[in-house]
Formats: sequence, C-alpha cells, structure tokens
Amino acid sequence: MNDELRYLLHRTAQGKHSRRAFLGRAGALGMSAAMANTLLAGAAQAQEPKKGGMIRMGMQGGESTNTLDPALAASEVPFAVNMTWGEMLTDVDADGNLDLRIAEEVSSSPDAKTWMFKIRKGVEFHNGKTVTAEDVLATMQRHSDENSQSGALGIVQGIESMKAEGDMFTVTLESPNADLPYLMGDYHLIIQPNGGKDDPAAGIGAGPYKVVVNEPGVRHGFEKHANYWDDRIGHADQTEILVINDTTARVAALQAGQVHMINRVDPKVYGLLKKAPGILVHATPGRGHYVFIMHCTAAPFDNNDLRMALKLAINRQELVDKVLGGLGSVGNDFPINSAYPLFDDTIPQREYDPEQAAFYYKKSGHDGSPIILRTASGAFPGAVEAAQLYQQTASAAGIPLEIKREPDDGYWSDVWNVQPFCASYWGGRPVQDQMYSTAYLSTAEWNDTKFSNEKFDSLLIAARAELDNAKRKAMYSEMAHILRDEGGLICPMFNDFVEGVSETIAGWRSDPNGELMNGRAHVKCWLA
Amino acid sequence: MHPILKLVAQRVSLGLVLLLAASALIFIGVELLPGDVAQSILGQSATETSLRNLREELGLNEPALTRYFNWLFAALQGDLGTALTNGQSISKAVGERLGNTLFLAFWAAIISVPLAIILGLIAVRYRNRWPDKLISGITLSTISLPEFVAGYLLMYLLTVQFRVFSPISTIYAGMSLGEKLSAIALPVMVLVLVVLAHMMRMTRAAILNVMQSAYIETAELKGLRPFVIIARHAFPNAVAPVVNVVMLNLAYLVVGVVVVEVVFVYPGMGQYLVDHVTKRDLPVVQACGLIFAAVYIGLNIMADVISILANPRLRHPK
Repeated sequence: MNDELRYLLHRTAQGKHSRRAFLGRAGALGMSAAMANTLLAGAAQAQEPKKGGMIRMGMQGGESTNTLDPALAASEVPFAVNMTWGEMLTDVDADGNLDLRIAEEVSSSPDAKTWMFKIRKGVEFHNGKTVTAEDVLATMQRHSDENSQSGALGIVQGIESMKAEGDMFTVTLESPNADLPYLMGDYHLIIQPNGGKDDPAAGIGAGPYKVVVNEPGVRHGFEKHANYWDDRIGHADQTEILVINDTTARVAALQAGQVHMINRVDPKVYGLLKKAPGILVHATPGRGHYVFIMHCTAAPFDNNDLRMALKLAINRQELVDKVLGGLGSVGNDFPINSAYPLFDDTIPQREYDPEQAAFYYKKSGHDGSPIILRTASGAFPGAVEAAQLYQQTASAAGIPLEIKREPDDGYWSDVWNVQPFCASYWGGRPVQDQMYSTAYLSTAEWNDTKFSNEKFDSLLIAARAELDNAKRKAMYSEMAHILRDEGGLICPMFNDFVEGVSETIAGWRSDPNGELMNGRAHVKCWLA
Repeated sequence: MHPILKLVAQRVSLGLVLLLAASALIFIGVELLPGDVAQSILGQSATETSLRNLREELGLNEPALTRYFNWLFAALQGDLGTALTNGQSISKAVGERLGNTLFLAFWAAIISVPLAIILGLIAVRYRNRWPDKLISGITLSTISLPEFVAGYLLMYLLTVQFRVFSPISTIYAGMSLGEKLSAIALPVMVLVLVVLAHMMRMTRAAILNVMQSAYIETAELKGLRPFVIIARHAFPNAVAPVVNVVMLNLAYLVVGVVVVEVVFVYPGMGQYLVDHVTKRDLPVVQACGLIFAAVYIGLNIMADVISILANPRLRHPK
C-alpha cells in the first residue's frame, strides 16, 4: 500500500475524509472497490476504544449560577455535566433510535396508554446503593410535583398514575402516547437516589462518572465510577469540563492543547480553524433552528395573508450563507427537518418571492405602517444581522419592516412570548410530537406563535396513539402543511453544531440530538 | 486626641456613611432592572405555574424595603445569605472568588506600581529626550489598546505560536504557588500593560511640577546627581497625587477586570458578579456591590491618609 493510500485510510477511519472520497481516491490509485472497502473496514475496526487518561472539554454556556439539580438544567454546560454523572431511563442514539439505559426493556399496552419499564439489574448509584424501581418512581414524582420548577414538568404532567413493583416501573397516561419511551430520555429526568428528594443538587446518579469538583461557572471535574454497568462508554479515567465562555479563548485553548474538544466554533473562524494542525472541525446538522415568530392572534399578524407575505419576503438561503456562514440548512416554516424520524421530505420548499409577497401584502389590506420586528443579539447568534437582511428583502417586496433592537437582558421575559413579532430560537426535541406539543398545540404554555388550529390539534393527539409508522408519518406531514401555510412561524434556517476536536480524540460520531455528541462526547470518545 | 487620629477617624466614619448610601443605591439599581429573579432563573422555560412557585419560594412577594433591611442586618452580622440561583452560600463563594481576585490584583500591583514609579523617575531624569519619549510612547500605546485586544495578542503569541503559557488561567485549591503564578502570567501581563501608563504619567507630571521649586535648584547647586535629586528631594513632595492615582488603579485591579477575567477564564469576582446580575440574583449582586464599594472606599481612605502623612503641612496643622 502506498503512502498516500495509507494516509487517506487513516484519515477516513478517523472521520476526517468521507468514505466516498476515500473510495474515489483508492480507485484513482488503481485499487478495486471491493478491496478498498475491505481495507476500510479493517482500519475502522482497528479503532478499538482505548481506556484511561483524561479528556477535557472547553464549553460555552456555563455560569457561576449553575446547579447540579437536573430539574433546573437549561444551558449547555449543566446539560453536559449532568450527562456525565447521571443517566435516564432511556436515551436517543445518533441514528434516532431508542437507547435503553436504566430501563432494560420497554413494553406497552396495545393502546399505548400504559407503559412498563423493566429496571436493569445491578446498576449502582455513586453512593453504593442499587437503582430500584422506587428510585425511578420517586424521580418522576419529584419532576411532576406542581411545586417543582422542573423543565420536564410538561412531559410528566400527562401521567395519570405511576407505580413501582419489583423491578418494574409502570406509567399510565391520561391519553395515549407512542413516544413515551423517548420522552423518558428527557435530560431533566435523571434517575437519582430517592428521586433526589433529599438533596436534588447532590450530583449523585448512576452515570459513568462521579462528580469530584463542582465549581459552577469555572470547572467540573469527574472520575470514573468503578462499578458502572456499560463498558461501551466512559473510556477515560477522568474527565473535566472547563467553562470557557469567550469564543477566542476557547479556540486558543483547543489550539494550545489545553482542552480536547470545544463547542460553538464561530462560523467566522470555521475555515481558518479547519486549516490549523492537529484539529478537526465538525459541522453537525441538528434540530435547532432560528426563527421569527408572529402571534397569530395579534393585529396585524391575525391576517393569514400578511403572515404569508412575511414568509415569502425572507431570503432563506442568504441567511444561511451570511448568518450561519453556510453551516446550516434552510427552513420551511415548520419546526421539523430531516434530522427527525418520520420526516416527510416531499413538502415543497418555500422560496424567497418578492412578487408573491407583494401580492399577499396587498391582499392583506395592511395600511402600510411599518411592521415592528423585535430582535436582540442574544435572541440567537447573528439575530440582529438576520433581522437587517430580512428588512432589506422585505422592502424589495414593498413591505416596510422596522427593526427594534431590544437589550439581551430580560429578552426572554419581556419580549419573547409577549411581543407579537420577534426573533427567537428553538433547540429542537428528539421527536416530532414533543416539538409540536411544546410549542404549537393551541393549549401549550410555550405556544409562542399563539397558533390555534383544531385540525392540527386533533391530528397531533391522534398521532400520539398511532403505532403504525406509515400512518403517523402521513399525519405529521399534514400537520407540517397546515403549520407551514397558516402558522405564525417563520423558520428561515436550521443551524449546524460546529465543534472543534483534537486529533488525539477517537470515536467521534455526529449526533443530531445535541451539540458535542448530545453532551456525551467526553463520555463516548477516547484518547487515541 | 492626636489631630491625625482624629482626621483618620473622621475619614473612616465618612467612609462608612458612604458605604451605607452605596448599599441603598445598589439595591435601588437592581430593583429598577427589567424582569425579576424568578423570570431570569427560568428564562425561556418559564411557565406561569413555575414562576408563581419560584417567586413564593424566594420570598420575592415581600415589599422591597423589608427585603432591603432584612438583608442589611444579616450582612452586618457577616451573613450574606445564599445565592437564589444555586443555593450555595454567598460568603463561601465570594470568599473564594475574592481571594482569586486579590491574588491576581496583588501580583499585578507588585509588578506595575514599582515599575510605573521607576519609569516615571527615569522619564523625569531624561525629560524630553529619547528615553522619556520611548517610555511615554510605549505606555501610552498599551493603555490605548483595549484589554481584550492586548489579551488576545499575548494569547496568540505566547500560547498558540510559542507555547510558553497556557491560555486558560483557571486556578484552584491544590495548585502549587508556582503553578498558580504560571497560570496567571498572561492576565498579570495584560493588567500591568493597562495600568502602567496612568501611574507613570502621573508620577512624571507630579515630579516635574516640583522640579520648578527653588529647593531643587539648591540641590542642583550642591552638586547632587540628577537622579538623587529626583528620587530623594522631588519625589517625596510629589507623593500625594501619585498615591491617589496608584490607589485608583489598585481599585481598578480589584473591581474592574471583568474583561480580562473573561478572556483568560479567570474565576474572579467580576465574572461571578456578571453571571449573577444577568440572573437577577439579588443577594449576590448586593453582596458583590457592597464588597466592591468597600474596596473602593477603603483604598481611597488609605490614599487620603497616606497623603496626609506624607505632607508635613497636613501632619502638623496649626
């Protein structure tokens, strides 16, 4: 094998080259496709995880106000920290399949109303106690308590009754939900001893690592939990998450070898960092999206012709190119993309069409007064610039937009969900039902477009009980059409997660569920 | 009572009154911010139910005046309360952070103050000649450079191009003094560059002022070496304005270095305060504000006292 091929093979196995590119080069160098494939399989297998060492992640999204209470986790660092020491009943893997964690088996009644979770045997908390169905029950009770401030309250509220018997945890729902096993993988629902009722922020869980250092906003240190049940993950002996909120400092720390992985690489430096020696930059398509939201109930947005005009007046591709630096994909005015299971890719893409926009704008009979769009630099990265680009393309269609820049401070309390037209973002959810139920069901607390459509609501409820995937997909497709044509959501783009990883790290896999392999990169990767 | 003691006592009690006024101002300022702590904690995930529950739990429904006095009396007894956001004891967290901040400020001061004064003396000795112009030129350019630019430049040079230091200055208990000093080398350098010019220029200006006096001429006529004249005869009479500027800069090193902390990921007070301000964590914001105000007022009192002691006319009032 010549040197070029060996080099390519190595890089492909590491994930730096695509498989297809490797096969192409191998062909050009006179090797048959079958042989090249065999070679590649061998090289990938040689990537046997190595144990030991210390993996460090440098992350944006941590504050000195953070706590280890999983119910209160909201930003990126607490999320990744909790994924290090805690584990839920279930999880979602990179392909969107259910990954069973503390639950060993999941089964349901035929109507998807009652769900049984069999608790895995011999799973141990860091305090030495064995995980029981009672602990699971207590955890769910804590999160479903009306007084709890849990971010998962909305998920567990639909539970009618729960019980723990032997190693079986049983949930009965008020209405059927085929997605319940996915919902149990919500990152707030970490199983804690006695449900964390005694000390919710103790950081004691059943995850692969124990908390050793907890300095919120500075660093979080972990060491391997010796009796962890699953040896497929948790390869390093120790791991550390450093909070580095400054973008430049984060990149410098990666370049200087002080951390192995960083999140949130600025699209502006993506090209440059890619050329830096010893560093791989991954752009992973995810479910997160940047949006402009209109309240369907407030004038002038209560007029669907005006909403349609505004949807047609935005140049999606331009926003992806300029705001995301090309690291993302265009949206289609509903919150779902191909990263979701049961996505219908035949729904026509909405394009920028100033003439149609002008037509609908006239049809709406709007009096021509400027339409106020509120934005803030914290609404999403580049939200102010995005609003300015939107203003330009809208004015080409004769629609006057007036940008009102709001302070970041108080944006989520005073502007979002309060003002009728503003910039915002969504992080995405593991399944379509959860995304729609969170923000588009007419009764949802976070229905930030004040969207209310009976057909849509009834389809959403019906889809929950539908266990036939083909029928379910058709229902979701119909809902997407309704939302796209009548909703208050302008969804111009889905953003990629852009992350920098040192070449000393092996085992990296793109995961659309969340950034840094859904917060588990340090747990799933190893030091090469 | 000795007049100096009386003077110092006056200054200190004035300082305490000032501190009380500052605490009220801090409280009012925080109250005026949009949104409240419950909304800030829950952020985008706030629902009516969780907001109501949290407000009740945090006692935010009490009138502002009651909350102010409750806090003030507890603070007088050394209890700063617990952070609303993560339930950690403020006194403990602030203690660690303040220790870090003082550690960084101490090393920056111990390098910058003598350096600035010596450079000032040299600048006077060679005034309007090339050493003076060189010193002024360099220090004025470093003060004109925003801290984060200086930080990034040093970081690029000394961590990415030449791996001399680490870009992350996080220090924690268990590190040896050597490790800590190596970790904070870059932020100390940046802070020295930032505070040098102000103190140097003031030293130079104050001494030049004195240099016009008749007794300096006498010293020259006695045949003393120029540097001795400056250091022994001129400088002591120029101490008052220099001390004031030095104290201002020391105060800045303690309370104003949040940008440097962010750039180098240093766990100091500034970052701690900013994090809690954005979450409307009132007790922490008030505690930090009070500490910062105390540092500022304390250092200024010290400057006053040193000026008085250094000035015979104030030391022996008629």
